[in-house]
Amino acid sequence: MSNDLLEVDPIAGQGEIMEVSMGPHHPSTHGVFRMDVRLEGEKVVRLKPVFGYLHRNHEKIAEHGAYLAAIPYTDRLDYLCSMTNNWGYCLAVEKLAGITVPERAEYIRVIVAELTRFQNHAGLVGFLLQDMGASGTPLMYAFREREKVLDLFESLSGARMMCNYMRFGGLRVDATAAWLDEVRRLLPALPRFLDEFENLLRANEILMARTQGTGRLSRELAVSAGVTGPMLRASGVNYDVRKVDKYGIYDRFDFRVPLGDHGDVYDRYMMRILEMRETVKILEQALRGIPEGPIMDPKVRLRGLRPKAGEAYGRIESPKGELGFFLISDGTTNPYRYRVRPPSMINLTILEDMCLGQNIADVVVTLGSVDIVLGEVDR
Amino acid sequence: MSTLPPVEDIKAQIEAGVPGAVVTVVQNGSPSAQHSLLLGREHARDAALFLRDHAELRLDFCSLVTGVDWLDTETSEKVKVKKVVEGPDGTQQETEVEETRKTKIPGYLEAVYHLFSMEKKHGPVVIRVRTANRADYAHVPSLTPVWRSCEFQEREAFDLYGIVFDGHPDLRRILMWDGFADFPMRKDYVPPDDDALATVPHGKSPEVQA
Repeated sequence: MSNDLLEVDPIAGQGEIMEVSMGPHHPSTHGVFRMDVRLEGEKVVRLKPVFGYLHRNHEKIAEHGAYLAAIPYTDRLDYLCSMTNNWGYCLAVEKLAGITVPERAEYIRVIVAELTRFQNHAGLVGFLLQDMGASGTPLMYAFREREKVLDLFESLSGARMMCNYMRFGGLRVDATAAWLDEVRRLLPALPRFLDEFENLLRANEILMARTQGTGRLSRELAVSAGVTGPMLRASGVNYDVRKVDKYGIYDRFDFRVPLGDHGDVYDRYMMRILEMRETVKILEQALRGIPEGPIMDPKVRLRGLRPKAGEAYGRIESPKGELGFFLISDGTTNPYRYRVRPPSMINLTILEDMCLGQNIADVVVTLGSVDIVLGEVDR
Repeated sequence: MSTLPPVEDIKAQIEAGVPGAVVTVVQNGSPSAQHSLLLGREHARDAALFLRDHAELRLDFCSLVTGVDWLDTETSEKVKVKKVVEGPDGTQQETEVEETRKTKIPGYLEAVYHLFSMEKKHGPVVIRVRTANRADYAHVPSLTPVWRSCEFQEREAFDLYGIVFDGHPDLRRILMWDGFADFPMRKDYVPPDDDALATVPHGKSPEVQA
C-alpha cells in the first residue's frame, strides 16, 4: 500500500494532468481497492493499483497453525470460491505428504469445484454488466442461478460461502444420494439460463460498443505477466491447468477450452459464458460416473500431520486463474513456509497496460473483466 | 505435452550456456521430489534469461515468486581437546578435556521462483536465489525484467521479508502501509505490543528505502 500522490509532474505541453484516486470505496472496485489514476482530459495516462486494505497476513497465520488449521482460513481468500481454495490447499498437502484420495472423493471434488466455477462466472458476468450501467436486471438474473448453487453448498457442507469442505486425503462429509439427485435436477436449468443471457446480451449494441476493443491484452504480455484463467485464454493462449496438469481426475472428462481472439473485455465476457457451458458438460459426466465408496483415506492423520521435511507446489485451475499453494515442511506439525499464489493479484499486474490511453469510464469495465476478489488480493 | 529433463541436466545446460554461472541442485525430501536449482546471485538474471529463451525449455511463465526466511542456526558438537593443566602437585600435565564447540551457520533469505512453460506445457522448474545474510535490506537481482509476473510478487517479498530486488522498476511496499518499518513474515518478527488499530509506524526505524 504505497502512496505517491504528492509528486505530480505535469507533462510539459500536454495540457493539465488531473489526479483521481478511484476507491477504496468506489462501487466498481468490488471491495477495498484503490487506483491512483492520472488523467489528461478523460484519457488515462497513468494508473497504479493500490491494495492491502484487507491484509491480515494470512500466510503467517497459517504458519502458526497445524496443517489442518489452515483449511478454514483458505475459505476466506477468494470468498466466492471456498471450495476451489480448499482443493488447491489440500492438493499441495497431498503432494507434500504423499497422500492419495479415494475415487468417490475425487468425483465430488470435481462436482463442487465446477459448481463453484459456475456460480463465480455467473456472479462476475452480472457484476460486469452492472459496472457497465445495466443496473440491477442482469445481476439479479445471475444471482438467481448463483443462489441455487449456494443452496446446494449449504445442504452439503452446512455453509453457503465458507464451506470448509475438503480435507487432505478426501472430504469432510459424504454427499448423500438425495444431494446428487438435487444437482442432477438443477443441471438442465443452467444451459437455459445461459441461452437466456446470451440472447439478451451477446449482440447487444451497447455491450458491444462498451467492450469490444476495450482493455486489450496482447498474447505476449499476458504470458510474460503470468496472467492465468479466463483472462489468459481470452488473449488466445491455450493454457488450462485442468488440461495441463490433469490434477484429480480431470483426464476422464471430455470438455473443451474456449479461446478468445482479441483479448478485449468482450472476449473475456464471452470466455466466462462459454466456460459455464463446458462446466455443465463436466458436471453431467461426473454425475454419471460417480462411484460408491469411501470419501477419506483412513490412514491420513488429519490432526498432527507431520510431513517429511521438503517442499511441494500444488496448483489448480480456480475460476479466477491458477491458484497455487507452496508449502515447505521442516518435519514438524506446522508448515515452515506457506505461500498462496493469488491469481487475482497477479492478474492485476497488467491493469495499467490495459488501461493506458483509454477513457476513465473504460477503466471500470476493464477492472470488472479481470475478476478480482480482495480477500485473495490482499490475503 | 513434453516432459522436462531432470534437474541435473538443466543444471548442466545452464552451466554450458551461461559462462561463469554457479548452479547447485537442492534436494527435496518430500514425495513431490521437486528438486530445485540454486543460482548464484551474480549470474542469476542471465541464467533466468537462458531458461526463458532456451528452445527446448522455453520457461516463459513464472508462476510463483516468494521469499523464505532461514534463520541463523547453531550446531554444537562435543570434541575432546588435549590441554595442559596444572596438576595438584604443581607440575604441568597433559590431559584430555571435553569441550563443546559451537559453530554458527549464518542464515539467509531466499527468493524462490516456480517456472512453467505455456508453450511446451511443462514444468515446474524451481529456481532459488539466496541473499548473503539476513541484514535489514538484503540484496538479490530482480527477475522482473525477465518475467513481468515477478513485479508484484517481488514487491511483496520486499515488503514482507525485506529482500531488495536490484533492478526492479518499482520497488515499494505493496501490502503494508508506507512508513511501516519491519518485515512481518520473518521468523524472528515480534508483533508490537500496541493498539492493533493504530496505523502509526513502529519497529526499528521510520524510513523505508530500497
